[in-house]
Order: sequence, then C-alpha cells, then structure tokens
Amino acid sequence: MVLQLVMAPNWCGCGVASANSTKISTNAFKMSSNRFNFSKPYPGRAYRVTAYYSLTTPPYELDALEPYMSKRTVEIHWGKHHNEHVERLNKHLKTSAFYGHTLEEMVKATYNNGSPLVEFNDSSSVWSHDFFWESMQPNGGSMPKGGVLDQIEKDFGTFTNFKDEFTFAALSIFGPGWVWLYLKKNERKLAVAPTQNAISPLVWGDIPIIGLDMWEHAYYLDYKDDRSAYVNNFLDHLVSWHSVMVRMMRAEAFVNLGEPKIPVA
Amino acid sequence: MALLRSIAISSNKTITLARSARSLTTATLPPLPYSYDALEPVISGEIMMLHHQKHHQTYVTNYNSALELLHTAMDKGDVSAVVGLQSAVKFNGGGHINHSIFWKNLRPVNAGGGEPPHKKLGWQIDTDFGSFNALISKMNAEGAALQGSGWVWLAFDKELKRLKVETTANQDPLVTKGATLVPLLGIDVWEHAYYLQYKNVKLEYLKNIWKIINWEYAGEVYEKEAQ
Repeated sequence: MVLQLVMAPNWCGCGVASANSTKISTNAFKMSSNRFNFSKPYPGRAYRVTAYYSLTTPPYELDALEPYMSKRTVEIHWGKHHNEHVERLNKHLKTSAFYGHTLEEMVKATYNNGSPLVEFNDSSSVWSHDFFWESMQPNGGSMPKGGVLDQIEKDFGTFTNFKDEFTFAALSIFGPGWVWLYLKKNERKLAVAPTQNAISPLVWGDIPIIGLDMWEHAYYLDYKDDRSAYVNNFLDHLVSWHSVMVRMMRAEAFVNLGEPKIPVA
Repeated sequence: MALLRSIAISSNKTITLARSARSLTTATLPPLPYSYDALEPVISGEIMMLHHQKHHQTYVTNYNSALELLHTAMDKGDVSAVVGLQSAVKFNGGGHINHSIFWKNLRPVNAGGGEPPHKKLGWQIDTDFGSFNALISKMNAEGAALQGSGWVWLAFDKELKRLKVETTANQDPLVTKGATLVPLLGIDVWEHAYYLQYKNVKLEYLKNIWKIINWEYAGEVYEKEAQ
C-alpha cells in the first residue's frame, strides 16, 4: 500500500493545504497490532511514503482579478494548463532521478546548462506558474512604496522607465515566453529580461521578483492579439507590490543590497 | 524602390565600387481564397479573421521593417546589425511563409475540403506511412506533443523521394529542418490558431482540422516536386 502525502509548496516554503490535498488520518499510520516477525526484514506489509507535487491554489478567488484577467482565463490557465504541468511532472517523478528535489533545485538541475532534460519543461512551468499567480493580487498595480520603490529607482532611473523596459521586453519575445523582473546576484541590482518557453532566471542563478506569463493562453481569451493591453493592465492593475516586497526581503538574505530598506522600518 | 549607391574606399589605391540598383521587394498579405466564416464549424470566423488580419499581417509588416533595416545595414556594411537582424527576419519572414502556405492548405467543406488524397500522393502516403489514418494519427501525436508554439508538417523530401512528418518551433519554416524538404501541408499549432474555440484542448483542434484540409493543393505540390 502506498501512502500518498500531498505536499503543496508555495513561495514561503511552508506547506499549505491545497485544494487537492487529502487529509490523512493518523489511523492510516497504525500498523498491524501483531508483533513484528523479525525473521522478515519488513513487517507484514511494506509501507513506502512518497510525496508528489500538487496544484497550489492562487491566493485569491478565481474571479478576483476581473476585469483585467477574467475568471474564465484563470480557470482554464490554472485549472487546465498549470494543472497539466503538475500532473505531467508527477508522472515524470515516478521514475525520475530528480524525485525528492525541491522544485527550484529541479529546475536548475534539469535545465542542464542549455540542454534541458525531459523534466525541465514541466518542473519549470509548475514553478513559474506558482510564481505567476503570486505575482498578482486583486487591486494590484499602481506604485510600489518605500524600499522597493527606492531600489527600482536606483536600478532603472524612474518607475516609468522600469515599466517601459518591462513592457518592451514583454513585447519583444518571439513565440511563447515570460518576462521577468529579477535580482542579479553578482551585480546586486534589479533587471528586466524576457525568456523563451519555460525558462526563468532560476536557470542562470538569479532571483526572480516578478514573473509575467506571455504565452498566448495567458491573455488570448481576454485580449486576443493585443499583448500591450495585457501587459499594461498587468502593470497598472494586477502586479502585487506586496509580493515583490516579500521577495525582495527574502532576497536580501542572499544578496547584500546595502542599507536594509526593504521594508522601510 | 531602386537605390543606387556608390562607395569609394580610399587607400593607397582608390577603389570605387558602384552598387547596382537593388530593389527592395516587400511582402504583402495574400488574400484568403475563401471567406472568413467558410471554414466553420471547424475553425470559427472570428479566429480566421484575427489570424489573417492581425497575426499574419503583423508578420508581414514586421518582416518589411526588418528588411528595410537589413537593407540599410548591408549598405553601411554594418556586419553586427546585419547579424543582429537575422532573428527578426527569420521569425517574421517565417511567419509570412508558413501562414501563406497554411491558407492554401485549408478549404471549405463544400469546396472539397477534407476529401482524402487520391492518385500519386495517396499511394505515396500508403507507402511511407502504411495508411492515410496512420499519417493522421502521427501528425496529431506530433502536434499534440509539441511544447510551446510551432508547426507540424507533412513534408516531401526531394532527395530521398519520400514523405516525412516534421515539426518546427515558433515560426521556423520547414526548410530549417532540411534543405531538401518541401512543405505539402502545414498545421499551425500556435495557441492563437485555436484557443478562442478549443481553449487548451489542442488535440480536438487537430482531430477536427482534417475535415477542412485541401489535399488537392498538397497533391499538386507533391506531383510537381516528385518529377
């Protein structure tokens, strides 16, 4: 009998019961009341605990991002596309050498310096989509404050420059991809970069701060081919500066950004 | 647009190169051989209109812009700029090539769309794939398995004289998979080709598109190349 513990990784690394997790009662762990028969290496039945990934739920209701991202889009994007990646990842993990890795480790390892292994696409997509839902919030957008704004102004000149660069990068992608605000560890500054397909700054060792999905399925139902309206609405109404602040705080544990200003005390 | 340039390079000897008139032939959006709603219910009129008037038109427009920039860079001898423009030329030019073939690959049902290939192409399919249905299954499987955006092709290898199923990524034209490959049939598996109607169920789109495939055109191309 295989007990299946369902882990729900989220950005904080703490487990969160997801919509799909099943509660396992402690009775399930009770072994038979017979004494162990020590002549056999295992008791009557062998128990093997395995853990797989589950579909993390966005931290808001599925219609909470309307009218900038419709409920229909979120339902399909999350419930079908993201979910399919989770299921395919778990299928790979049944036989993969990377079983047991954290998602971040797996993304970096399976990218294999540019010759991606079979698990890369799904593991990176799962990570990126988890990151994406948490990069947004209802009543998001407008302007960041305090330390985050200071860092953006330091690295981009003005907030408007950052928005322009982000938009330009998003629209420059040939084919499916993502656009990122990320922290360059070595240069200790924020930067914007577009990536192709399922690639994220994790593969080159930097710290993602905002991720925007530029695959057609992310915007086509709501915006058809009008990608700039999608990106503008994301920046003006959806991006979660709160998430950005939390991510920058965490990043400061790894990168010395000078005077700790995030958040402003 | 004819441009005359002469370049004089001064050194110990004076070399004058007279650049002959190079005309810049821009691309234009080909008209659809049928109305936007003629492929319903397999592909909705809304998708056809967006696909043709927005997506394909954008490839044409951006290809022409890239071409102008390339022209200027070549004249100036700016090698970096020439190399830098290659991805834009490949992407947008490829998009134009691929979609131009795609419109011809489709045909309304009442004009013969979906009718299986006969004669020589039919026999070649049976020889190379076993059966017509085997070809369909293979193309559907390859199309469904394609991660990201791209195309699935029925190609004729001029050199080996046999048919092949190929996929290309993004807007790479078939020739990027082999210089001897001739496209007979291309199916667009970018999400914009089916999403409004089929959402994430790409396989449903692939299964249905065979009802509107123009095998007559594919047969014509094949017979011309198989001489």
